[in-house]
Amino acid sequence: MQQLFMASATIIIGVFGCVGYFFVSNLVLDTLLPPRGPEAGRNISRAAQIRPWLFLLPAILLLSVYLVYPLVVSVVLSFKDSQGASWVGFDNYTWLLNDTKFRESLGNNLLWLLVVPAAATFFGLIAAALTDRIRWGNFAKAMIFMPMAISFVGASVIWKFIYDYRGEGQTEVGALNAIVSAFGGTPQAWLTVEPTNSFLLMVVLIWIQTGFAMVILSAALRGIPEETIEAAILDGASPLQIFARIKVPQIWGTIAVVWTTITITVLKVFDIVLTMTNGQWGTQVLANLMFDWMFRGNDTGRASAVALVIMLMVTPIMVWNIRNARKEMR
Amino acid sequence: MDNIAGTKSSLVWAVHMATAALVLLWVLPTLGLLVSSFRDADQIAASGWWRAVFSSEQNIVYRAADVQTQVQQGDLWVLQGNVFDGGKGEVQSFGITSRAPSDFAPGTAAPMKDGMAAQVEVNGDYRITAPKAFEGRSPRLFVTSLTPPRFTLANYSKVLFAEGIGRAFLNTMTVTIPATVIPILIAAFAAYALAWMEFPGRALLIAAIVGLLVVPLQLSLIPLLRLHNSIGIGKEYLGIWLAHSGFGLPLAIYLLRNYMAGLPREIIESARVDGATDFQIFLKIILPLSFPALASFAIFQFLWTWNDLLVATVFLGNTQDQLVMTGVLRELMGSKGGEWEILATSAFVSIAVPLVVFFAMQKYLVRGLLAGSVK
Repeated sequence: MQQLFMASATIIIGVFGCVGYFFVSNLVLDTLLPPRGPEAGRNISRAAQIRPWLFLLPAILLLSVYLVYPLVVSVVLSFKDSQGASWVGFDNYTWLLNDTKFRESLGNNLLWLLVVPAAATFFGLIAAALTDRIRWGNFAKAMIFMPMAISFVGASVIWKFIYDYRGEGQTEVGALNAIVSAFGGTPQAWLTVEPTNSFLLMVVLIWIQTGFAMVILSAALRGIPEETIEAAILDGASPLQIFARIKVPQIWGTIAVVWTTITITVLKVFDIVLTMTNGQWGTQVLANLMFDWMFRGNDTGRASAVALVIMLMVTPIMVWNIRNARKEMR
Repeated sequence: MDNIAGTKSSLVWAVHMATAALVLLWVLPTLGLLVSSFRDADQIAASGWWRAVFSSEQNIVYRAADVQTQVQQGDLWVLQGNVFDGGKGEVQSFGITSRAPSDFAPGTAAPMKDGMAAQVEVNGDYRITAPKAFEGRSPRLFVTSLTPPRFTLANYSKVLFAEGIGRAFLNTMTVTIPATVIPILIAAFAAYALAWMEFPGRALLIAAIVGLLVVPLQLSLIPLLRLHNSIGIGKEYLGIWLAHSGFGLPLAIYLLRNYMAGLPREIIESARVDGATDFQIFLKIILPLSFPALASFAIFQFLWTWNDLLVATVFLGNTQDQLVMTGVLRELMGSKGGEWEILATSAFVSIAVPLVVFFAMQKYLVRGLLAGSVK
């Protein structure tokens, strides 16, 4: 209770503090450079130069401390030893290159990058195309979209239950093993079977991300000009042809956006691997490896080096995003 | 496009079927866990959740009542009771050794060693007779039974009050609410400046924010943890509020700026002509008009902070008064991996709030997604 009281107090202090800061700082500016009197013109233009920075100051402060500063420190730490005390040059990076667990993580991450965005975008596109054509489409959409609200940990519990293995001679209560035995196979502890287990983990993320892809692609499909589709129908195109040759080519831009957004999520995937296998049985990924070295290995140098590898993999998308955003603003 | 000629009815059926299959595939995993959270541990172990509404076949190994309870009837000593111990069920078959656990039909007498005999009725009543008094441990019975479906709320009361989920629920609320409210205001002011004020470096700042959108969280953890430790908020709620606010800001500013930039220029200019200051314009015109974008971001940030495990693990301790629900779930998965009734119920308690928010505010979430993905 005391804790909730503290939280509410923080909200009130935070909100009033924010509003107060903006109000007072604007007031001070207007008093120092009053927009009237003999120098009104000069004052107004000066105030107009300062005011944006008053509005931006808290945001810039938070962003610098919480995102920019760590970026710099991480680079520095990656050249230092496990406690961040002395310089070790490229030691952490040479260690990376020779570490088998790192190679395994990198390989797995690449596999995730190939499979998850492709599968989620594909299913999302199918779901969008199907649900737009039927009356109960909105309900169907809500159902497919629902996993977006579920935490990665919650989703891991849900899917671990599906992959559950009870042991020989016992009734299998995991759906996967029940299906396998129904078709005459032998139940297995699926999460320990390489390399199938990595794909089983990917299924969880695909399950979560498909809804996101569907929502965005569905909006794009609806935005296609009707004339192109009417023309295709008049020319005798089948519904399948219309979808594959008319609609999809017109939304390539959106597909690329969806793809890259999911790619970023994939690079940061962590909770699923941590809670389902903790990187055992050949399922390690970079984000979880970094977490491992941070908490269990207690080695800030190596952990920072791994984090920088993730950053490096995100960078091309970042550059691409910035260029697109600038193009749009012009 | 439905009314345009060329849609075949067979195709419509195919679309319905395919959609139904897809929806089922996406809903069943969650449904399985939901159903399981209402079953008791024995039932979960005895049959898959998809059989929850049917009677389940169970193999019970039952040790007959303590030999103290035996009674003498004529020249026979008798042990009796019910193999379901007051529960309900229907005996299919029974046996007296583990090698042949289902040799006898209910109602028939099974001869045992030393002239003893056992008999189990369909309703579970059993009667073991012997020519001389029972000694030592009472004999075992092997019963195959049909147990009717049984649903219970016991898991929920157990999880909420005994497993620490109730407390974790409060902790999660404590993390989530300030971490959702604080960044909104800061971002709104910044977004207004970026959308409607002219100043040198504006384009550069916007580009920087687009870039910061994708910076992986992992990079920030170690430096920030050191920073927080050095100023004494290493394992405090204040630290995680600030961290979540910082991490949420790029998306908040980006979403709000895009939305505000799309507001009609005339409104703002006529307000300026009428002598309104920027502060007034922002508070009285922009903020109310931006409500949909504010709501979108609020939902995003709420879902993200509620569902987060990584930031909470790093910036909060794992003591009882700081562990959030995702953290508890993670611990339960490690320590109670096989106890699905606890896991399923805990998971459902933790995803209930996001699901409610999701279904209630879906409109805003979709709008935010459409605006937020970098076009």
